[in-house]
Amino acid sequence: MKPFTPFKSTLVPLPINNIDTDQIIPARFLKTTSKEGLDKNLFCDWRYNADGSDNPDFILNTPRGRKAKILLAGDNFGCGSSREHAPWALTQFGFRAVISTSFADIFRGNALKNSLLPIIVPHDVHERLFALPEDAEIAVDLASQTIQLPDGQRIEFPIDSFSKTCLLEGIDELGWIMKKEPDIAAWESRRVQAFDTRSLQ
Amino acid sequence: MSGNLRTVSQKVWDNHVVHEEPGAPALLYIDLHLVHEVTSPQAFQGLRDRGLKVRRPDLTVATTDHSIPTTDRSLPIVDPIAAKQVSQLEKNCAEFGVPCYGFHSEHQGIVHVIGPELGLTQPGMTVVCGDSHTATHGAFGALAFGIGTSEVENVLATQCLLQRPSKTFRVQVSGTLKPGLSSKDIILALIAQIGIGGGTGCVLEYAGPAIRSLDMEARMTICNMSIEAGARAGMIAPDDHTFNYLHGRPFAPKDAAWDAAVARWKQLPTDDGAKFDREVIIDADALEPMITWGTNPGMGVPISRPVPEPGSIADPLERDSVSKALAYMGLEGGKPILGHPVNVVFIGSCTNSRISDLRTAAAVLKGRKVNPTVRVMVVPGSMEVKRQAEAEGLDKIFRAAGCDWREPGCSMCIAMNGDQLQPGEYSVSTSNRNFEGRQGKGGRTFLASPLTAAATAITGVVTDVRTIL
Repeated sequence: MKPFTPFKSTLVPLPINNIDTDQIIPARFLKTTSKEGLDKNLFCDWRYNADGSDNPDFILNTPRGRKAKILLAGDNFGCGSSREHAPWALTQFGFRAVISTSFADIFRGNALKNSLLPIIVPHDVHERLFALPEDAEIAVDLASQTIQLPDGQRIEFPIDSFSKTCLLEGIDELGWIMKKEPDIAAWESRRVQAFDTRSLQ
Repeated sequence: MSGNLRTVSQKVWDNHVVHEEPGAPALLYIDLHLVHEVTSPQAFQGLRDRGLKVRRPDLTVATTDHSIPTTDRSLPIVDPIAAKQVSQLEKNCAEFGVPCYGFHSEHQGIVHVIGPELGLTQPGMTVVCGDSHTATHGAFGALAFGIGTSEVENVLATQCLLQRPSKTFRVQVSGTLKPGLSSKDIILALIAQIGIGGGTGCVLEYAGPAIRSLDMEARMTICNMSIEAGARAGMIAPDDHTFNYLHGRPFAPKDAAWDAAVARWKQLPTDDGAKFDREVIIDADALEPMITWGTNPGMGVPISRPVPEPGSIADPLERDSVSKALAYMGLEGGKPILGHPVNVVFIGSCTNSRISDLRTAAAVLKGRKVNPTVRVMVVPGSMEVKRQAEAEGLDKIFRAAGCDWREPGCSMCIAMNGDQLQPGEYSVSTSNRNFEGRQGKGGRTFLASPLTAAATAITGVVTDVRTIL
């Protein structure tokens, strides 16, 4: 994982609550065995017409939607399935952060493992962000856990210290867990073995 | 999580913490890792890229369920992309030594159906799977939750996950379910009450007399949909129903080990007086059959009630969501849903495809005919469920009524395998999600119980099963 660095971007507003993972990336695109190429089907059913042409009314098909790195979404973003294809599709499209008032647990965990920053803001800030002009840029700084609005105001956002360190230093979780091998082995030696799943084959 | 009085989830958590240190989540040991074809290929590839093995293949089981056809198993998989995904799982499992109940296995089935039926899911365990409906296994007093593919890789490699303890949330269900109702109505009522984000950050514990009287399969239906309230997991403390269900299953402990296990399992229920962060009460006596009208599982109403009227909702984003959902569903605010025509009835999914679900639906359909305007698909949850249903003659009842009796898989719940609605079509479905396009692009889903689904199959319109019992 690459270290997460500060950046500035305009916003892609999707003022819809409870955007679920079936909208982010419909299940029919999960038959792939790769992580790649998911961006073209990001928000597929909202983004394309029945004949496959771009829906010009959908924000990702506008110049504004194509260049911004921050998705501004309604409450409870990412609810539904555990598919990590959702953050893969978002990051491949170019998103580096999603701002909402709340995130579904599994999506939030998956996003953090893919350098997609879930930024939780209070309702009043959320409303102000939606009201910003199209060209307004937001600065995201993970080290200080702040977003900076165009008027200079800084808003703090919460993130646990472990996820923050992993993102800032580009630490991958599996490598971290593997360093605990002696603890895992010691724990396993005390464990009551219930079964061997291979015994029914 | 120390303290004298603990909930069942806290006890299971405490029993699995391998390592804790300041500034990091706890390292939690996983007793059972269930794997399927959709969320695992990138994880196995990750192991290969790092030169790692599967640490505990003996605690891992794979099956194919999401992308496989539910048609004749002697035929090859027509969709080349799905065929590749299924064969990739079989290859990965062979390479890494993981047992796999593949496309032609007699034990194949929906991952959340086969875990319990094989006796793999046991009280007090930690169970994970790259699937949000892993919450199902909580019905046994296991701490079971869905994980992403990165975490699938972590568990394959280390049998551990980095986790933070969840908040505790008790759902106390009083009273008794009336005829025509089932556990599906309890969980749909709960989600309608607390909303699809209502359980975020929590483990739900279902308790109370109405829960205690439910059999294990009915309990699985409830725990399965915990994720639809946003909860990390759902649990029911184990009791005699749990032990009786497990006894004699292939992977359940035997003889002296059984007695020792039951003694351990009896320590798991929540201590009297343990504190919960949140609590709600549902009165089963007051419930009527529930049905969803909208595009998330929280958009549900008692079946005799009208759908909401957006004009009566103050919050603008909430009003927009209701209007948008009604528009997608082609419904008018304030009107009843009862009597609405449907094109398809789907009986299946990890929520409601077990033998008791099929028995319930068959009891309604016995000696009756499906309305000719409706296509009815009955998809058993596993090969074992299918064999049992056929031994009881349920397949004959379904076929005689005009239903399509199919092979096991996730099928139209997730519509990855060609079992899907056409744009604009309506279904009454016993599955768990009614998101836009979930059952096929442009498809419109009413979620309900197997009883409501069977009643609707007969009439061709959304029907209150109590009127035909």
